Amino acid sequence: MPTRPETASPAVVETAGLEVHYQLQGGALSRLLGLRSRTVKAVDGVDLQLRRGEVLGVVGESGSGKTTLGRAMLGLAPTTAGSITYHGSDGAAVVSDMKGKALRRLRTDVQMVFQDPGAALNPTMTIEQAVGHPLKIHGLASGEELTRRVHETLEKVGLAPVERFADKYPRDLSGGQKQRAVIARAIVMGPEVLVADEPVSMLDMSVRAKILQLMLDLKDELGLTYVYITHDLASAKYFCDRVAIMYLGRVVEVGPTEEIFANPKHPYTKALLGAIPDVDPERQVARDLPRGEIPDAALPPLGCSFHPRCPVAREECGWESRDLRPLLETHWTHTDGDAADFEAERAVVGDLDSFDTPSSTVTVGRDHEQVSALLDRIRAEDPDEPFWTGVARAEADPSGGTRLTFHEPVDPRLRRSGGVDVACVRYGEDPQ
Amino acid sequence: MRFLHTIWHTKGLARYLFWTGVVLTLVFVVLALFAHWIAPYDFAERRVDGVRFPASEGPSAEHLLGTNDQSYDILSRLIWGARTALQVVFGAVIMSAVIGVPLGLFSGFVGGWFDRVTVFLMDALYSFPSLLLAIVFSFMLRDVLGGSIVAAALSLTAIYIPQYFRVVRNTTVSARESTYVEAARAIGAPPRTIMGRYLFGNVVQSVPVIGTLNAADALSTLAALGFLGLGIQPTEASEWGYDLSRALDNVAAGDFASAFWPGLAIILFITALTLVGEGLNETLNPTLRRRRLQKVTFGPRPSREEAIR
Repeated sequence: MPTRPETASPAVVETAGLEVHYQLQGGALSRLLGLRSRTVKAVDGVDLQLRRGEVLGVVGESGSGKTTLGRAMLGLAPTTAGSITYHGSDGAAVVSDMKGKALRRLRTDVQMVFQDPGAALNPTMTIEQAVGHPLKIHGLASGEELTRRVHETLEKVGLAPVERFADKYPRDLSGGQKQRAVIARAIVMGPEVLVADEPVSMLDMSVRAKILQLMLDLKDELGLTYVYITHDLASAKYFCDRVAIMYLGRVVEVGPTEEIFANPKHPYTKALLGAIPDVDPERQVARDLPRGEIPDAALPPLGCSFHPRCPVAREECGWESRDLRPLLETHWTHTDGDAADFEAERAVVGDLDSFDTPSSTVTVGRDHEQVSALLDRIRAEDPDEPFWTGVARAEADPSGGTRLTFHEPVDPRLRRSGGVDVACVRYGEDPQ
Repeated sequence: MRFLHTIWHTKGLARYLFWTGVVLTLVFVVLALFAHWIAPYDFAERRVDGVRFPASEGPSAEHLLGTNDQSYDILSRLIWGARTALQVVFGAVIMSAVIGVPLGLFSGFVGGWFDRVTVFLMDALYSFPSLLLAIVFSFMLRDVLGGSIVAAALSLTAIYIPQYFRVVRNTTVSARESTYVEAARAIGAPPRTIMGRYLFGNVVQSVPVIGTLNAADALSTLAALGFLGLGIQPTEASEWGYDLSRALDNVAAGDFASAFWPGLAIILFITALTLVGEGLNETLNPTLRRRRLQKVTFGPRPSREEAIR
């Protein structure tokens, strides 16, 4: 079990309102016409503190921005807004303002371990060259000193006897050995912080625990601080002191590991914990997996990003026009009416594509009477569907259809609740 | 070293192609390197001890392949021609690789407007017929360097740079996004180091194949330039293409030998280089390569008593 710091130690890396947005290129036509390209919000306002000596887990589905967050900490991903501050031995430095030389020097202190050990090593370099190269680049060692330090590091990560591995090329090693070499390359300069981006997800089950144990041993030996990025909550539970749950570029819940696992608050955290396979047949947990897919990060849902998938969403969670489509589609796929019913209802609703522009008001169909009747039927099928709480008014539109007005969306920020910070309208007190 | 190992252990057709090409090429290389000792006369020699060689004569003890209409010894011109061919082809291939590979590496790595401009220029060069381009360049270089070996090599260099550029640039663009390059950035490697230590070794692997195939092409272009009278001046060096074009006029008069030998030399040397190139391609290009499974033979099974003992 890793040692848990009782008192909060000072932050070593701090992000404040960190945003990493990527411009999408768009199609050939829109580029030719110079149309505005879309922006993907990979990381969208993250405030995190990495405390010295801790293991901070960053957990989320693919596309939640966890890898981008890790890359941004090394300055590998461009910061578009907000800041990352590194508190090193010689004072605080703002990573997001660094360029060229300063950024390269930062990497003697902040290092990264990659997901795919097979791709992270240069195929034309031997293990000894690869591990020693950081020292050579930064002019930290040369000649015999270089060889000595490389061999020492290789021994530390368990690639011993060193003579057996030093002259090997990456293709001659197994996945676990390659990952050990990648770790050796990351620690050879004696860094403060190690960002480990899913370091074990590409490895065999039998090797995973060994690599994680190695990383814990190295942490104690070298006084490292880890950012452990993963989609695997089970390994996070074993490995981390604190866990931050990410969803669509935001941190939705962050707190001590025991607290999060014992008493998850955010509905997304609950869903993730429910998805951990349980070996005990007696303790079958209800599998309330979130419905649907992770939404488009270029056009995230209004209000709380998780509300379309949330089983306990409320009226202010940000219901909007785009939520109508899955509602209607579920209705049509789940009822046993014949094809004529579907055709008739389809005609009542009219153009489905008009719902795709995010908006808090939407006009459905051409005939208020028929649309209301249809909506009532759908509501009768599943009265508990949280969508209906979000509808503030349904009234006749001058154009003839039904105009639905949704409640004003509330975008929840991280708020203190119990031992954790959680971004959900159901928890925490408003600062006012 | 692995590279040599792969070549040595190739089986089947590729092996025969490659080794036939290598042996033939070596013959020409030996002729070229030791032309001083092998050739009976100098390439521009037509009199010995004040006695002029006979013109257009058949084989004799003094002239093993006979003489041509200008009283040159055909065998000597042939051997000295190998030296010219080797110098020009080697020079052209080395120079175009030395220019094309770093340019492609840099262009693919930095991208942006520099990449666009160079790709545009290289595509423009590439779209010309190579012989036409070689003619244009040899005209341009004629004023500066005259009809020398260096001028011929330079005009061929210009043709082949785009090939190296394109191959290296495209592999660089795809390798640039790979994790090990990201890892190199993460350990703080400056762009120069990333290009030199991380990308170079991974993008030059197809260069030897292009090199040998280009060598064959360069040889035929050189011969064509000589044939058109635009290549190396006859006073500078012996050149097969030029000899062939001179000899063609005499074929009607029944003098076959002076046209036959240079023609044969051109064909053989081109074939040899092509075979080496194709053999290398078959061996080193993983999409074409098919390694034979080697048969495993066991010795006779030992009897029970022997096995126990």
